[in-house]
Amino acid sequence: MKPLRHRLLFTYTMAVLAFLYIPIVVLVLYSFNASRINAQWSGFTFDWYISAFQNRYVMEALYNSLTIALIAMIVSTVLGTMTALALHRYKFRWKGAIHSLIYLPILIPEIVMGLSLLVLFSQLAIPLGKLTVVIAHISFCISFVVIIVLARLEGLGKDLEEAAQDLGATPWQTFRYVTFPLISPGVLAGALMAFTLSIDDFVISFFVAGPNSTTLPLYIYGMVKRGVSPEINALSTLLILFIVIVTVALVILPERFQSRVSDKKAQRQMPF
Amino acid sequence: MSRGRWLAYPALAWLFLFFLSPLLIVVFLSFMQRGTYGQVIYQFTTENYLRFFEPLYLQIFGDTLVMAFFTTVVCFLLGYPIAYQISKLTRSWQNLFLLLVMVPFWINFLIRSYAWVIILRSQGMVNTFLLDLGLIEQPLNLLYNFGAVSLGMVYAHLPFMILPIYVSLEQLDRRLLEAAYDLGATPIKTFFYVTLPQTLPGIIAGSILVFVSSLGMFVIPDIMGGAKSALIGNLIQNQFLSARDWPFGSALSMMLAFFSLILIYLYYRALQAQQGKEEKG
Repeated sequence: MKPLRHRLLFTYTMAVLAFLYIPIVVLVLYSFNASRINAQWSGFTFDWYISAFQNRYVMEALYNSLTIALIAMIVSTVLGTMTALALHRYKFRWKGAIHSLIYLPILIPEIVMGLSLLVLFSQLAIPLGKLTVVIAHISFCISFVVIIVLARLEGLGKDLEEAAQDLGATPWQTFRYVTFPLISPGVLAGALMAFTLSIDDFVISFFVAGPNSTTLPLYIYGMVKRGVSPEINALSTLLILFIVIVTVALVILPERFQSRVSDKKAQRQMPF
Repeated sequence: MSRGRWLAYPALAWLFLFFLSPLLIVVFLSFMQRGTYGQVIYQFTTENYLRFFEPLYLQIFGDTLVMAFFTTVVCFLLGYPIAYQISKLTRSWQNLFLLLVMVPFWINFLIRSYAWVIILRSQGMVNTFLLDLGLIEQPLNLLYNFGAVSLGMVYAHLPFMILPIYVSLEQLDRRLLEAAYDLGATPIKTFFYVTLPQTLPGIIAGSILVFVSSLGMFVIPDIMGGAKSALIGNLIQNQFLSARDWPFGSALSMMLAFFSLILIYLYYRALQAQQGKEEKG
């Protein structure tokens, strides 16, 4: 009786996991399918990869995505880390209001954030383009960086910084040689988060991108809407490969260094 | 280093300028009127909010609620057993399975929705397969209907449900289970009287995450539902990009934001309840 129930549950779990992976596997397989209509298998080919790489618009979208993500990452990491340091160390008047201002961009539906920025840019008569996309991405990345760095800061005691100051270190020296090395894993995590969020964003970019600032998700959306081209399969497969490699590296590498406690904490934060 | 307070100012100024002030402009716009050519007439009105109660828009809002509710229920039914199974595994297997649940989630949701389009469209895998078997003569219309949209929604949101439930199963007080068994309860009774009530905070948390995220979704209905399915997200997108009725679009998005924030507040409360339990345990 008992083993049967357990086997059923396990089979069920595998079935749902299959449900999660089948679409992805199908997409990857079809990226190698010679047929243009792409339902029936008509031979193995790399042609779609080659034509995706030769497609000027794809390359431009990739270039846009990467530059926008890089700038958004740098600016939001610097601003976010500064903010986390200040919030951690000092008491602020309007503390509740400041925290709401930092958490709200994560909580407000993306579509609302996207269209409100569209309204702002049109009121200020700023033409939509790379600049507006970068501004929008920085706005939603800052909050994530602040929260991640703040979590790291709160995990540290004050004793090391106090010791440095007792030994005569200037505030800058304390930061440079004590605080920053201690929080750098948090800063790095925040930066990676910002980069990923920016590369992945569709909804907000959809509202604030202009004709010359198509990012990769926007381009893929356009292809999906215009009708299926096997190039998207190739492009998507490359993105999937990239994501799988990065996530596996991010999950496996820290596990070797971190203690079980912090590992557990990280899992609890995963839904965000 | 007491003058370090200024470090927070640039980011706060940024958020004030590019997050808060746009929202306030949208609140302001939602009380304005629309001109004949899609321009905004700066005259106060509450008409945009009243318009929401017209049958057409109530219908869309109702459809959105039904879709979000349906998605949440299906995610719960699919997700709970998996979370349960994962929590029963040894630590390293747990990590592997959690990773397996998360990886598809990290892949851009446009790509994931598009993958379903490949499978379901009329020359897609399912139809080709059924035609080859001779089970059907004509390709079935598997896309562009309620079923397709809800499939896409469930697919996109499943990890939101699995993870919080897993966390609360993880923290289950095993002593209570043993007590139930000692007192002669069957496994099924134990599950319904002990396990399920104890994981309620995780269920609530997961449900609200899925529900809120489904409410504002417009891409999946757009790609997998075609023109037929209009949810509130699609309506808002339409008001801004095609109909050019910004005041009405603003009013709709304010109601969406308000509704979502209330639900997130409830989520926060559920989470606090769970953490309270954790500290006691």
